[in-house]
Amino acid sequence: MSGIGRRGWLACCLLAFLLPSAWAIDPEPLIDDPARQELYERLTHEVRCLVCQNQTVADSTAPLAADLRRELHALVVAGRSEDEIKTFLLDRYGDFVLYKPRFQGTTAILWLAPLLLLLGGALVMALVVRRRATLPSDEDADENTSTAAGS
Amino acid sequence: MTRYLLPVVALALLVLVLLVGLNRNPGYVPSPLLGKPAPVFSLPRLDDPGRTLSNADLAGDVALVNVWATWCSGCRQEHGYLLELARSAGVRIFGLNWKDDPELARRWLATLGNPYAAVGVDEDGRVAIDWGVYGAPETFLLDAGGKVLYKHIAPLDAQTWQAEFLPRIQAARGQLP
Repeated sequence: MSGIGRRGWLACCLLAFLLPSAWAIDPEPLIDDPARQELYERLTHEVRCLVCQNQTVADSTAPLAADLRRELHALVVAGRSEDEIKTFLLDRYGDFVLYKPRFQGTTAILWLAPLLLLLGGALVMALVVRRRATLPSDEDADENTSTAAGS
Repeated sequence: MTRYLLPVVALALLVLVLLVGLNRNPGYVPSPLLGKPAPVFSLPRLDDPGRTLSNADLAGDVALVNVWATWCSGCRQEHGYLLELARSAGVRIFGLNWKDDPELARRWLATLGNPYAAVGVDEDGRVAIDWGVYGAPETFLLDAGGKVLYKHIAPLDAQTWQAEFLPRIQAARGQLP
C-alpha cells in the first residue's frame, strides 16, 4: 500500500476529470501576431457550427466545424478584417451562422423584443401602481372582502 | 369584462406564436444564395482527376447540383430516386462529392449506379463552404445562366420533386428564348 497512496490516487482521479478541458479540439497553429490570434479565437466563439447548432465552431468536433476553423484561420492569417470575415460567412450561410446576428430588418425583432417586453412590463406595472394609488383604502378593503366572498 | 379579455387575448396570441414555432424545422437554414449566381468553383472530376468540373459545365440548361458522400446515409437513401430522375426527368444532375475518399466514391457509383453527368471532388470541403453546404445530402437547382433557383436540404424524394423542383424547372425553361 505504499507508492502514491490513497491521496495520490484521489488526486489522479480528480485530474482525470480536468483533462477533457485541456484537450484541444482545435489543431490550427498559433498565429504569430497575438492580436490576430485573439481575433481568430473570438471569431471561432461567435460562429455557429451548422450541423450541431447549439455549439460554436470552437466547441465542436464536427468535420464541418473543423473546415470552418481552417477557413477562418486562413482569412485571419491573410489579414482580412473582422467585418470582411463575417461578411464572408454571411454570404454563404446567412444570419444564422453568427451567434450575434447583425442588426437589420430581419433580425430587428430578435434584438428589440427584450427591450419591448421590458417596456411593456414597466408600462403595465406603472398603470397598476397608479390605479392602486388612487383607490381609497376603504374601497380597496371592501373590494377584497367582496371578492373573497365570491360575489 | 375587458379586465379578463386582455389576459385571454394575450394567452391566445402566445399559444399561436408557440404553435407556429413548434411546427418549424430548427435544422433548416435558408440559403442566402437563392436568386444569386452559383459560387465559382473548379474541381477535379471523380472519373478523371486530370479534367475539371466548373461552372461553365453546368451552364446552358437547368442543372441539379447534388452534394453527396459515401459516409452520408441520407445520400444512400436518395440514390435510387436520383437514378430514376437521371433516367426519366430530362435534367442533368451534377455531383459534388464532399469530404469523401474518391476511391470509395468511385466504388459507390460502380456498385449502386451513376446518376451523375459528372462529379466534382471536394475532398477538403473548401468548395462546399463557398456553397454554404452544412449537411449532405443537399440539392441545388440552377437555371441555364447558373443562378441558384432553389436548395433542398434532405434526401430528395418524389414529393419534393413534384412540389418544389418541377414548377421551378418549368418556369425557368419557359423563360428561355
